[in-house]
Amino acid sequence: MKITRSETEHVAGLARLSFERQEIEDITGRLNEVLEYMEKLEELDTSGVEPMTHSLELTNAFRDDEVKPSLPNEEALANAPEKENQAFVVPRII
Amino acid sequence: MSNMIDFSIHQLRELLSRREISSVELTRQYLDRINEVDGRVGAYITVTPDHALDMAEAADRRIGRGEDIHPLTGIPVAVKDVLCTRGIRTTCASRMLENFVPPYSATVVSRLETQGAVMLGKVNMDEFAMGSSTENSAFHPTRNPWNLEYIPGGSSGGSAAAVAARLCAGSIGSDTGGSIRQPGSHCGVVGMKPTYGRVSRYGLVAFASSLDQVGPLARNVTDCAILLQAISGYDPADSTSAPREVPDYTGALRPGLNGMVVGLPREYFISGLDPEVEDAVRRGVSILESQGAEVVEISLPHTEYAVAAYYIVAPAEASSNLSRYDGVKYGLRAPEYNNLLEMYKKTRSMGFGPEVKTRIMLGTYSLSSGYYDAYYKKASQVRTLITEDFRDAFRKCDVIAAPTAPSPAFRLGEKSNDPLQLYLSDIFTIPVNLAGLPGMSVPVGMSSDGLPIGLQLMSGHFQEEKLLAAAYNIELEAGLEGQLPDL
Repeated sequence: MKITRSETEHVAGLARLSFERQEIEDITGRLNEVLEYMEKLEELDTSGVEPMTHSLELTNAFRDDEVKPSLPNEEALANAPEKENQAFVVPRII
Repeated sequence: MSNMIDFSIHQLRELLSRREISSVELTRQYLDRINEVDGRVGAYITVTPDHALDMAEAADRRIGRGEDIHPLTGIPVAVKDVLCTRGIRTTCASRMLENFVPPYSATVVSRLETQGAVMLGKVNMDEFAMGSSTENSAFHPTRNPWNLEYIPGGSSGGSAAAVAARLCAGSIGSDTGGSIRQPGSHCGVVGMKPTYGRVSRYGLVAFASSLDQVGPLARNVTDCAILLQAISGYDPADSTSAPREVPDYTGALRPGLNGMVVGLPREYFISGLDPEVEDAVRRGVSILESQGAEVVEISLPHTEYAVAAYYIVAPAEASSNLSRYDGVKYGLRAPEYNNLLEMYKKTRSMGFGPEVKTRIMLGTYSLSSGYYDAYYKKASQVRTLITEDFRDAFRKCDVIAAPTAPSPAFRLGEKSNDPLQLYLSDIFTIPVNLAGLPGMSVPVGMSSDGLPIGLQLMSGHFQEEKLLAAAYNIELEAGLEGQLPDL
């Protein structure tokens, strides 16, 4: 087994997800099935192989630092679940 | 004219430009057909009749003036609900974005609008483009127009089904691991995933940013070339779009393939490949040969590792991209919570479906402390090996021909409880995304059950013209013209 119930709970916390007791069982099972399949990659010797994170050989795309139009405050807030005085409202943090 | 929906884009262009039909009439016929048929197919999430008719009127005015007419001016199309449309809700087939109305449009959508295309609505998909059957939509599944008991493929299942069922003249999808090509194959339509960077991703809701690419689905290769032309090109708003000239894609469509070398990768013709699929693909290859191409056997030795590498890389990127759904700026927020952390957890647990949660968990795990080297780094190294396989292969051939999917479409519900089985059905489409190459599926035959079979073509970076040329020649000789699903 690659991942235990309690590790699943830990990862769920990192991912900001919560699961019912039965869901934790189910998802641990699904993750194990997939992670066991991933062991296949261990057959390959990749020492000295450069990791690839992107398929295009692009460098930084620089541009002049010019002010361009951006979304008006009203439109930027239009989809907010809760808003007040031109700002997003969030639960108290401190 | 009563049968306008039967014409393809390049035929409609002529009828519109000669003013034998109007875009408004054409759009009305499509809206009527959607009303009549889509209750059974379920291709659309949101139909936008008022918007469509406004666009059609504007297109008719343009055509009347004879000014600023593009190949798509007045042509009704459908857009996958993963691309932002200003003022029109964009759900990603998720409860999380059920009521999200974007304040801006994706560059692809703006380009279509500027050229005068008519958007009929937003089409269904697997939630956040994660899936291969469109059964993961939070709203409803889409059914295969050729047999309503079967899945249309995914994740762009709505885009493919809408084209096959003549619920639009052409459509736009997105492809992260096969999500245009596989549903294209299952629904008997042409689908292209362009080279990474060919088409802007600005306004495409991100799944796996290093793999995602927007592309067209169409009834035939000519229409596919027209749609690709319309959406391709550099976009300053997407720093990963390529600053390169866009060639004339329809110019690549000519009978005859003299001088083209087609590679057949032995790793794609394996046990487990459905015999009817293999027969159809081999028939397609013999068409390429009879049209003048030379066929050689090639090897892509790391193919069998692609699925494992992909299901590490894509969920890792997804877990990061989907962290933005936190109930603050847009999207769902849980109604009750005691503090910030609880708000995050309740919101995300309510808003995401099971497959999206599984992939977020997988990605979070593989990126978490202590596992990064064993999973993400290893998978990124395998990605290099897969890319080098293609580089070697394209020293020997111009185009690679292979099956798009290992079998025709499966029944609704058949694989939905077995994630690994479903992941393995992407085996032939995933490598192209990992390497950032263009790939295309073109209809090549029908199974004995009456389900379509597609042939996949792959080529080097920015070599879409070679794919179109090969696909065009297959289409000329495949003898599938005029075969339509009975709806």
